Amino acid sequence: MANTMDFSLVSPERSLVSGPVSEAQIPGEEGDLTAMPGHAPMITTLRPGVLHLKGPDGEDDYVVSGGFAEISAEGVTVLAERALHTKEMTQDVLNDWVQEAHKAWKDATDDNGVARAGKLLADMVAMGTHIGLDPDHANYVD
Amino acid sequence: MPSLKDLKNRIESVKSTRKITKAMQMVAAAKLRRAQEAAEMSRPYAERFNAVLSQLASSVGGSDTAPLLLKGTGKDDVHMLVVMTAERGLCGGFNANIVKLARTRIAELQAAGKTVKILTVGKKGREQLKRQYGDLFVGHVDLTEVKNVGYANAQELAATLLTSFEEGEFDVATIFFGKFENVVSQVPTAQQVIPAEFEETDAPAIDYDYEPGEAEILESLLPRGVATQIFAALLENAASEQGARMSAMDNATRNAGEMIDKLSIEYNRTRQAVITNELIEIISGAEAL
Repeated sequence: MANTMDFSLVSPERSLVSGPVSEAQIPGEEGDLTAMPGHAPMITTLRPGVLHLKGPDGEDDYVVSGGFAEISAEGVTVLAERALHTKEMTQDVLNDWVQEAHKAWKDATDDNGVARAGKLLADMVAMGTHIGLDPDHANYVD
Repeated sequence: MPSLKDLKNRIESVKSTRKITKAMQMVAAAKLRRAQEAAEMSRPYAERFNAVLSQLASSVGGSDTAPLLLKGTGKDDVHMLVVMTAERGLCGGFNANIVKLARTRIAELQAAGKTVKILTVGKKGREQLKRQYGDLFVGHVDLTEVKNVGYANAQELAATLLTSFEEGEFDVATIFFGKFENVVSQVPTAQQVIPAEFEETDAPAIDYDYEPGEAEILESLLPRGVATQIFAALLENAASEQGARMSAMDNATRNAGEMIDKLSIEYNRTRQAVITNELIEIISGAEAL
């Protein structure tokens, strides 16, 4: 059995990764999951989080938000509305994202929307902490 | 008969016009390459996205609980037309063609007794439609300050559309843009975005596991699908605009060249005539002595 699979990470504006990996840890809506070659076909939506790749050339981390991942026999495709290499993820970018999520949460009207936006915000903050940035509340509470 | 000086001035002015059109053509060519690259980069995302959406839509779409974005409001009384044009002119018939298509559609819809609302993207379309259909306008998106359209612009536009759809302000939304075929041909296109329409795919359906459920995924992806389609349209439009400008400026440069040739011949003829005239005067003067 092959020990790598095709992996691609694409955002609306460009394709970030395309090549073989042996393992992809995907931040799914309902929890992280790790896809390895031969995974059963599935589609999951993404929550803001870190996508961790293990490939022949070593390991790599990307920050993704919004979109979905498609796992099939041929490989894994992650379509993320926003995707950045963790190195490019700066405090400023995080502040923008968190601020936006916070605004969506404040503007949400129905219960469902509040719950969803609240989760998005919480995920965003958790992701910030995870990659060692400061998701400072003071920055977005206005 | 224009004097020599007049002709010389005209040749000079056409020459400087040619310089400008030549420069504009080259700028458009460079921008076109960038716009085309951007359009190509966005293609994998849009393709995969639509493939997955259409698969989801075909499995969930039939049910009564399908999201409004997919099955529509059940009416088609109010139409929202999003007309995307360029912010600048001097690009041949590009803007006019898109506006013409939109006008035809407006006339058809109004003849059928539907209500039409117009949202324009790009200054040129707004200027042209405002005169005739000023009272149908519900908004305008200004991208004058935007150098390269990004996904964020599309998201903003999609959010505007989705909010007003949720508030029940329209039943059907159609976007108008110039589809980029090649440098000389840009096809004005109308594409319905709400309710979503999908092309039937022949690809064998893979039996996926869905997490969360199919319906939830569909619900969260459909709004993004609108943004994706708008983004693709914006990019196509940008490439088309530059393509149209490039060929328009190429024509203008060539025409200016021809005009310069014609004027130069006229200039030389006139010069000859003047010399001949002077000679005749001298000779007849000498003979009279």
